[in-house]
Amino acid sequence: MSKPIAFRWRDRSAWIDAAYDPRMRGIALQALLLMAVAMLAVTIGLNTAANLKAQNVASGFDFLSRTAGFDVSQALVPYSSKSSYAQAFWVGLSNTLLVGALGIVLATVLGFTLGIARVSDNWLASRLALVYVEIVRNVPLLLQLLVWYVAVLRSLPAPSAAFQLPGGTVLDVRGLHVPRLAFEHGSAVAFTFALSIVGALLLWRDARGLRARGTARSPSVIRAAWAAVALAPLIALAVAASTTTVTVPTLGRFNYDGGVSIEPEFLALLVGLSIYTAAFIAEIVRAGLLGVPEGQREAAAALGLNRRQALRLVILPQALRIVIPPLTNQYLNLIKNSSLAVAIGYPDLVSVFAGTVLNQTGQAVEVIAITMAVYLAISLATALFMNWLNARTAWRER
Amino acid sequence: MIRASAFGIPAARWVAAMRSTLFPTPGQAAISVVLLAAATWIVAAFVDWAIVSAVFHGSDGSACRVPGAGACWPFITHKMGLFLYGRYPEAELWRVHLTGVLALGGLVPLMTPRVPHKLALSLYMLVVFPILASLLLYGGAFGLAHVGTERWGGLLLTLVIASVGIAASFPLGVLLALGRRSELPIVRWLSIGYIELVRGVPLVTVLFMASVMLPLFLPPDVTVDKLVRALVGVALFSAAYIAEVIRGGLQAIPRGQYEAAEALGLGYWKKVGLVVLPQAIRIVIPGLVNSFISLFKDTSLVLIIGLFDLIGIVEQSIQADAKWFSPQTASTGYFFAAVVFWAFCFAMSRYSATLERRLETSHRR
Repeated sequence: MSKPIAFRWRDRSAWIDAAYDPRMRGIALQALLLMAVAMLAVTIGLNTAANLKAQNVASGFDFLSRTAGFDVSQALVPYSSKSSYAQAFWVGLSNTLLVGALGIVLATVLGFTLGIARVSDNWLASRLALVYVEIVRNVPLLLQLLVWYVAVLRSLPAPSAAFQLPGGTVLDVRGLHVPRLAFEHGSAVAFTFALSIVGALLLWRDARGLRARGTARSPSVIRAAWAAVALAPLIALAVAASTTTVTVPTLGRFNYDGGVSIEPEFLALLVGLSIYTAAFIAEIVRAGLLGVPEGQREAAAALGLNRRQALRLVILPQALRIVIPPLTNQYLNLIKNSSLAVAIGYPDLVSVFAGTVLNQTGQAVEVIAITMAVYLAISLATALFMNWLNARTAWRER
Repeated sequence: MIRASAFGIPAARWVAAMRSTLFPTPGQAAISVVLLAAATWIVAAFVDWAIVSAVFHGSDGSACRVPGAGACWPFITHKMGLFLYGRYPEAELWRVHLTGVLALGGLVPLMTPRVPHKLALSLYMLVVFPILASLLLYGGAFGLAHVGTERWGGLLLTLVIASVGIAASFPLGVLLALGRRSELPIVRWLSIGYIELVRGVPLVTVLFMASVMLPLFLPPDVTVDKLVRALVGVALFSAAYIAEVIRGGLQAIPRGQYEAAEALGLGYWKKVGLVVLPQAIRIVIPGLVNSFISLFKDTSLVLIIGLFDLIGIVEQSIQADAKWFSPQTASTGYFFAAVVFWAFCFAMSRYSATLERRLETSHRR
């Protein structure tokens, strides 16, 4: 064996070894992938720039400060057609958040009720809940929104023949008109409420601290303290109520005077989203309740708790641990699904910004990027909050 | 006497069962009574709307405009062709039907658990059938007249979008799931980034992007069919969700399986393709069917970018056809669309539940 030949061979085998080395292959593959992604990005960037130039569309975010020039039917923040595109963005975002937050509350209440009904011993209640879930889950949300908007709310009578609901509320083709409460001492009442919430929290912490040390205050002291905490805001509310003026919606020549009008688009979206999401939440709650071992129910019964107490003190707290992660997904779905507002004309983020603003400015890249970033941020924030809640309620094994 | 006791005892038992489940306590009894009243009222109102006061005959909406009339069924029967096929030429409808037969010919044996040759059938459905179907539906070759996608509509379009969406997003989802579990950091982070980005935004924005931005991304002289843009959007969106379902299956496979495959000297793709994926996909079939159900429902969103799927064409007929204008046209049209969607989704969810039970028992054995 002569040395030079062996060297040459070894030289070549080093290359072959490298080609068969999983680590080297991994690096090569990733370099190729990265290059492909970069090339794709560059090609897309160049094509987009060329296309935009050909269409004579400006780029950048200057358009946000230009005048929007269109009206919006529902705005939570000050807005008129003279406002800027940036303000239109805030209108859309606040409307999305409003319908999302209210929808989450309604869907949770309805979903938990249905989920508990699903596992109830009452045959009728469990069957009806099953029928609800199977019908609502299997029909597209878009269709349900159209049903609520076009077939229900848009088919209501004209204002002259409106439905008069109890409490001075009026329902007609223009939406739901509820009385407006004008508080004279709103800030004082709110302050008392805040104070009593702080008081309640302090009392609760105190009781918990004492319990941890195996003692407690005398029942009469506790009763007096809770009474003070509970009664203070009620008294404040009663005092305020005596000076509160209620303006009932009354039909004027063209429009309702007084009261607050809720647009049919908003109602349809809120009702549709809540009813749709509730069906999914019901199934999650049912799975959570069934996931609590039977022994827990029996143990609660053996302790002498009645069914309601067993559900509230033993079953639900354990079921919640199973329920929270999938529930988070449903909340996120609800917020994302609120973008279907565009189909029925509720001025949410997609409808106002990715719809009207995009059409007027033509700056598709910027507008879609902002819209997607907002939804991503909402999703991430909700996920973080629910993860925190999940960590707090998670099973702590000793 | 004998007959009386034969009937008597079960009836008594039935009454006793009713009493113990519906009226055990005064509170429960009150709930039962309220629910019973509500259910009776809803069923009665529905029967009245759909049958008793409904209009069954007529060549336009005049009969349905009578005050107090219920469902306007002639609207459905007269527009059935439009609702099912959109504006697909009537003379060429056999092509749609043949495509349907070809699809069923592959799907039915594929979905029946006892039929063998699942791999061949999957290949047929994923490779052969799409080519045949696009040839048949689109035409323009082998003497078949060209039918542009702007004429496709109704249930046909819904099924085309759903099946192309499923067929295209499934392999993409598998790749993304493998990428997310990969040991190569760049592959992993690209997959995670894609999956989380897509899952964080609504489908509507993805469809907007596909319909507005896709033409911008491509060279100026390339034009993309509107349907293709929607398909790209739906497939890219759905792939992220399918990837997460498959990841669940990948995580459920014991480490020993990976190690055993490596000990046999299998490379990455053989390990994944022959050992890991067949087991992982088997576990997550119910989850996949659930994803397909949501995809099927989500196809209705193409209405927003101006395609006329089943819901889109029903909505268009309701809003734009003055001949059929009546107070109940909208509810009748929506009811029809809801029943069609419900039937498809409910069948799929029952199938998924059956599979779930089968998989569970096979695990216990």
